[in-house]
Amino acid sequence: MTIYIPTPLRTYAGGKDAIEIGAATISEALNSLTNEYPELRKHLFTNEGKVRAFVNLYLNDEDVRYLPEKENSQVSGKDTLSIIPSIAGGCETVREA
Amino acid sequence: MSTLSLSESMYEAIRAHGEETYPHECCGALLGRHGEDGWQVVDAIKAGNMRTDSAHNRYNIAPIELVRIQRSAREKGLEIAGFYHSHPDHPAQWSPTDFAEAHWLGCSYVITSVAKGKATVTNSFLLAGKTEEDKRFEQETIQVGNAPGEQSEDLEETTSIKEQR
Repeated sequence: MTIYIPTPLRTYAGGKDAIEIGAATISEALNSLTNEYPELRKHLFTNEGKVRAFVNLYLNDEDVRYLPEKENSQVSGKDTLSIIPSIAGGCETVREA
Repeated sequence: MSTLSLSESMYEAIRAHGEETYPHECCGALLGRHGEDGWQVVDAIKAGNMRTDSAHNRYNIAPIELVRIQRSAREKGLEIAGFYHSHPDHPAQWSPTDFAEAHWLGCSYVITSVAKGKATVTNSFLLAGKTEEDKRFEQETIQVGNAPGEQSEDLEETTSIKEQR
C-alpha cells in the first residue's frame, strides 16, 4: 500500500511524500513505517502506543476510526493510507485588543 | 524571520473570504513550495468550517477535505504550505485555541482580523519547533507580490511588499 506523509512529517521520513509498504493490515503498515523511520513514531503515537488524538488516518477516503476493524482492517497493494494532522482553532479565547 | 510570499490576488482573496463568511470564521489551505526564506504560496483553497455550533469563534477543517487537498497538492507538484482563517471582531493574533490545535509544524498559519465585516490586519505565524512539546508560533513577514506566472499591468504594484504587523 502507499502511505502519504503530510508536509510536517516528511523530514522524519527521508523527505518522502509517499512511501510504499507491504502489509496485510493498517496496523502492520504503521509498524513497518515506524520501523523504517523510527523518528516518525513519537509524532504519530503516544507513549502508550496509541495514535495521537490529532492524527487522522484515512484508508483511501475512509476514516480509520470508523472502520469496523479500525487499525486491524485488511489492506491491499492498491490501498492508500493518508496521515493527516487535524486543523482547527479559532479566536474563542483571544483577549480583546 | 521567515517570509510567506503570495500574490496580490491571492492575498486579497484570503481576506475577502473572511469578509464573505463574517460573522463566522473562514478557513482554507495554502499550497506552495518552500523557498530559501519560507513558503511561496501558489494556490489558496477555500475549505468549509465544520464548527457550525460555534462558527463565530472556532473553525475546523474536515479531515477528509484535507485528504483531498493533500491529494490535489501532490497532483500539482505542490505541498500544503499552511492554512488560513479569520478572527471576526478579534485581533489577527493567534489564540491559545489556535496554538493548542496547531499541529502542522513548519507550516504557516495566516490569520485575518475582520472588524464589522471588513478585513483589517492579516498576520502570518510559522509553527516552529520539532515536536508537539517544543512547538511555538513565530510571526512571519508577509510578502505580497507577483506569484510565478502571474501577470500584472502595474509593475510598481507587483513589486510592492506589504508587511503586516
